[in-house]
Amino acid sequence: MTQLLNVSDLRAYYGQVQALHGLSFSLNEGSLTTLLGANGAGKTTTLRAICNMVRSTGGIEFDGKPLSNRSTESIVRFGIAHVPQGRGTFTNMTVEENLQLGAITRKDSAGIVSDIERMYAHFPVLKQRHTQQAGTLSGGEQQMLAVARALMLRPRLMLLDEPSFGLAPLVVRDLFGILGKINREDKVSILVVEQNAQLALELADQAYVIETGRIVMSGNAKDIANNEEIRKSYLGY
Amino acid sequence: MELFTNQVLAGIATGAIYACMALAVVMIYQAIDHLNFAQGEMAMFSTFISWQLMQWGIPYWGAFVITLVFSFIGGIAIERILFKPLAKAPVLTNVAGFIALFAIINSSAGLIWDFTIKQYPTPFGSAPFLGSQLISTHQAGMIGVTVLLLLGLYFFFQYTRIGLAMRAAASVPESARLVGINTSWMIALGWGMASAIGSIAGMLIAPVVFLEPNMMGGVLIYGFAAAVLGGLTSPFGGVVGGFLVGIFENLAGTYIPGVGNELKLPIALALIISVLVVKPAGLFGRHIVKRV
Repeated sequence: MTQLLNVSDLRAYYGQVQALHGLSFSLNEGSLTTLLGANGAGKTTTLRAICNMVRSTGGIEFDGKPLSNRSTESIVRFGIAHVPQGRGTFTNMTVEENLQLGAITRKDSAGIVSDIERMYAHFPVLKQRHTQQAGTLSGGEQQMLAVARALMLRPRLMLLDEPSFGLAPLVVRDLFGILGKINREDKVSILVVEQNAQLALELADQAYVIETGRIVMSGNAKDIANNEEIRKSYLGY
Repeated sequence: MELFTNQVLAGIATGAIYACMALAVVMIYQAIDHLNFAQGEMAMFSTFISWQLMQWGIPYWGAFVITLVFSFIGGIAIERILFKPLAKAPVLTNVAGFIALFAIINSSAGLIWDFTIKQYPTPFGSAPFLGSQLISTHQAGMIGVTVLLLLGLYFFFQYTRIGLAMRAAASVPESARLVGINTSWMIALGWGMASAIGSIAGMLIAPVVFLEPNMMGGVLIYGFAAAVLGGLTSPFGGVVGGFLVGIFENLAGTYIPGVGNELKLPIALALIISVLVVKPAGLFGRHIVKRV
C-alpha cells in the first residue's frame, strides 16, 4: 500500500488559539479513512489545514509532494476535492452549473460532459433537478450535489466534512452507500470526518480518533468498532 | 403625446448610460462589497484617452477599441495596486481609498488636459434617426451600443467557463477556491471589465455632456441611483434601474413644474434615499439574511 497523504506534527491556529497540537496520521492510496471525535476535537480544522484554509505548521505531503504554503486553489489542482461542512453549495446557480464548477480546473470538455452524465447516474435526483437553483434543493439533495461536485474534479482524494450532518437517517444510509461505491469503483481515496462514529466505522477501513487536537487512537476500523473500551470512552455509543 | 414619447425615448438613451455605470458599480460591489466612488472618474479618464488618440489622428472606432483595452488593463492595475492590499481592511479605509482614487484621477486629468470644456465627436451623427424627430442618431447609437454590450456580457457570464468562474467567485468565494478558482484574479478581472464598461459609458455620453474632468459627476450619481433602485446585488437589476432612472429623470424634468434641468440631480438623490427607506434590497436585489 502506498501512502497518499501523510500528515506529520500538524499544528493549527485560529488567531491566538491553537486548535491542533501536533497531529500526525496517514492515508493509504485507495483507502476510506475516517477521523472521529467529539465536537471541537479538531476534525474540521484538520481538513481545513490540509487545504490551507487555516494557519498551520507541520508537514502535509500528498503523493510525496509537500502541500504547505500552497494556496487553497492550487491544492485543488493536485486532485484533492474538499466537501466543506455546510456543503458549500453555489445556491444561486443551477445544479448543472454547480457540477460544471466542480470541473472548472479541467480542460477536457468531452470528459466533463460525460462525467456530468455519470453523476446523474450516481444521483438520479440531480438529473431531475438539473436546471433548478441549487439553493432550492433539500439538505440531502444538496449533500449529494456537493459530493457530485467534488467528484467532477476526478479527484484522487476526497475530503468530506460531516456528510451526515442534518440529514435523515435513511438519506445518510444512501449517501454512505454511494461513498463506498465511489471508493471501490472509481478508486477515489476518501478521508471522511464524522460525528456519527458507528456509521463511519462500518464504512471505513482505517480510523483515527482525535481528542482536543491530538490523535489518541488509530487502527483498523473493524478493530476500533469492536473495542468496547474505545467505543465507550471516545465514541460515546 | 409626441412630447411624452420624445422624453421617454431620450430617457432610454441616457438611461443606457446610467445602466452601464450601474452595471460597473454592481460588478465591483459584488466582487469586493464596496461602492466604487471613482467609477465615474475612471470613465472620464478613459474618455480623455480616446479623445487624445483621436487628436493624434486615430479614427473613432480605432480609438474606441484602444481605449477599451487601456481601461481594462487600467482597472486591473488599480485593483492590484490599491484595493488588493486593502481587501481585509475596514470599510472606512476602503472608502478613503476610493476617495483618494477619485481625487487623483480627477486632478491628473485636469493637469494633463486642463479643465476647459472640449467638444467630443460622435460616430453616429446627430441627424434625426430614420427621419423621425423623436430621437437623434446619436441617441439611437447610445442605445444600440449599450444593448450590444449587455447581450455580450450576458453570453459571457451565462455561457463561458470564465464567466461561470467569475460568478462563482463573487457568490461563494470559499467554495470557489475549493473547486480551484483563483478568486483574487477573478476580482481583478471584474475590475478590468467594470472599468471597460464605464469607459464605453463615458465615450457615449461625452458628446452630450461635453468632455471635461467633472463630466461624470452627475452621471455617476444617476448610476448609483440606478444600482440602488435595481438592488446592488443584481446586475440585471442595475441595468433595469438605469433605464428606469433615465426615463424618470426626463419625465420629471418635463412634467413636474419647477424641476426643470436644475433640479434633476436632486431627484436622483431623492430616489436613492426613497429606495433605501422603502425597499432597501431594491427591485431585484436579494435580502441578505445572516444566521446569528
